Amino acid sequence: MKLAFQMAYKNLIGAGLRTWLNVGVLAFAFWVILFYNGLLDGWNQQARRASIAWEYGAGQAWHKDYDPLDPFTIQDGHGIWKEAPSDAVPVLIRSAVLYPQGRMIPVSLAGIVQSQKILALPTATFLKNQTEIPAIIGRRMAENAKLRAGDQVLLRWRDQYGTFDAANITITGVFKTDVPTVDQGKIWIPIEQLWKMTGLKDHATYYVLQHAESPKTATEWKYMAQEKLLADLDEIIKSKKAGSAIMYLLLLAIALLALFDTQVLSVFRRQREIGTYIALGMTRWQVVGLFTVEGSMYSLFAMVVGGVLGFPIFVFLAKQGIAFPASSQDFGIAMADRVFPVFGPSLIAFTIALIVISATIVSFLPVRRIARMNPVDALKGKIT
Amino acid sequence: MAIEEIIRLSEVTKRYPMGETEFTALKNINLAFHKGEFAGLVGPSGSGKTTLLNIMGSLDVPTTGEAVVLGQHISKLSHKASAELRNRHLGFIFQVFNLLPVYTVYENVEFALLLQNMPAQERKKTVYEALDWVGLTALAHKKPDKLSGGEGQRVAIARAMVKRPAILLADEPTANLDAANAHLILQTMKRLNDELKTTFIFSTHDEKVMGYLGRIIHLRDGCIELDETIKNKPLQR
Repeated sequence: MKLAFQMAYKNLIGAGLRTWLNVGVLAFAFWVILFYNGLLDGWNQQARRASIAWEYGAGQAWHKDYDPLDPFTIQDGHGIWKEAPSDAVPVLIRSAVLYPQGRMIPVSLAGIVQSQKILALPTATFLKNQTEIPAIIGRRMAENAKLRAGDQVLLRWRDQYGTFDAANITITGVFKTDVPTVDQGKIWIPIEQLWKMTGLKDHATYYVLQHAESPKTATEWKYMAQEKLLADLDEIIKSKKAGSAIMYLLLLAIALLALFDTQVLSVFRRQREIGTYIALGMTRWQVVGLFTVEGSMYSLFAMVVGGVLGFPIFVFLAKQGIAFPASSQDFGIAMADRVFPVFGPSLIAFTIALIVISATIVSFLPVRRIARMNPVDALKGKIT
Repeated sequence: MAIEEIIRLSEVTKRYPMGETEFTALKNINLAFHKGEFAGLVGPSGSGKTTLLNIMGSLDVPTTGEAVVLGQHISKLSHKASAELRNRHLGFIFQVFNLLPVYTVYENVEFALLLQNMPAQERKKTVYEALDWVGLTALAHKKPDKLSGGEGQRVAIARAMVKRPAILLADEPTANLDAANAHLILQTMKRLNDELKTTFIFSTHDEKVMGYLGRIIHLRDGCIELDETIKNKPLQR
């Protein structure tokens, strides 16, 4: 085997431009696969961190009737949880309508404890202005409603009996977050205020938990572990990975096709050499092995070339991140305006394994015919 | 003392399919070679010289009959055993040299020893010894494309002889060489035959080669026409 590697190395180096063209195509495929997956992994990790920091905490406990995907459950999906952990942060969600500059925008009105420390929401800014109903909103919400800090805007909501009420709220702060679900269409006000406005004293739609372990919940409350809350995000990233895989596998297929052609051509053009190897004492399968190693060595060269040339680029990208336009951040899942790709060891190992294994298989297929070759014909270069 | 018989061909026939019909390259050949012979298969194109050489080199098998080389029945050898026989005991020299183009002269000669897993130190010594036989030590690190025809064929001789094979089979070794180089090559081979007692079997229709042979087997249409032993024939220069 060592001999096959030594010979393959010499043969490939000796082949000159043909080798470097194949290596170039494979190295490009290596880069693209690494880049796409690194980008998605980076996005996933950033999104998970942001979602935990801004929305999920260590987990949540939902009222049994609450379903965030069904707005109709907001009306009745709330209750009082007397045994709630003392460090859990209650959040009460109500439907409301905002009227900025005469326009009408349906919103979710979220009440949260002003002194909470679990989430990154800047609830301390509720105190910034001594107004009756202070509110904080996210940057996207502010842009949509054309609101700025200090603006007053009319809000209409329904109390516990369904009766409409309205009042002006004051925007005390606009926060920047990568998590659109705490931003778009959401207005955060102190929960005590919301209790007063709705008459739902001590009610909450869900609790954000400080600790990861499942609390002893009453039957009215269901524990949502952090991983469960993040499952949707993972699914979305997974589906995006599958989508991008189509593109890079297509690219890899083109690279492998080039390799396949090279191998076919090699067997055809190097018949005398094959015959000589056999005459000198190699078995046919040893020659098949040699040509297969040559093929897979293209991929090893590609890894080295790709690594050497790609390393500084990938380090740069991992440090500087890649800016994404604002429009791409409206997917409905957390996405930063600058995504930092993550090129972890498992991703690198996966990419190398994918390329080396596929290159080895593709290299082997055309050279199997050597095993059936008549060495006499090979020596004469007579095989067509 | 009887000279050791190293090749025996008994009723060897070789037929090749040729479209709907068959072409008979060899017909009932009976032949034996002994250790140290410097023999040649001579005849016009298509007489079966190369086919016979290929069978003796275990690159091909007879359709019928029996070919025994160094005590091994060629038709019964597995691919592995056949490769082992070629690697250890048979040397080949081809008309177009068949040097491996990406390897240096040294590496071309070293190749057979690498297949034998010879230790590096011993290998180096043996390769330089073989290069010394053919006078190419100075060109050890040149690539084949930088060599003249004569030098290329001398590398091929060194490559074939480096493993000190019992039998060296040379298929038209002088066909691509000018007269001066052809004589140089033949003198080298004759010297190695004398010194190492390697059996040389040529396939040729070159008059220059015939001048060096101790035995000439004339082939025509796949049959032995004449098997003559030449005694005390002076070398042609």
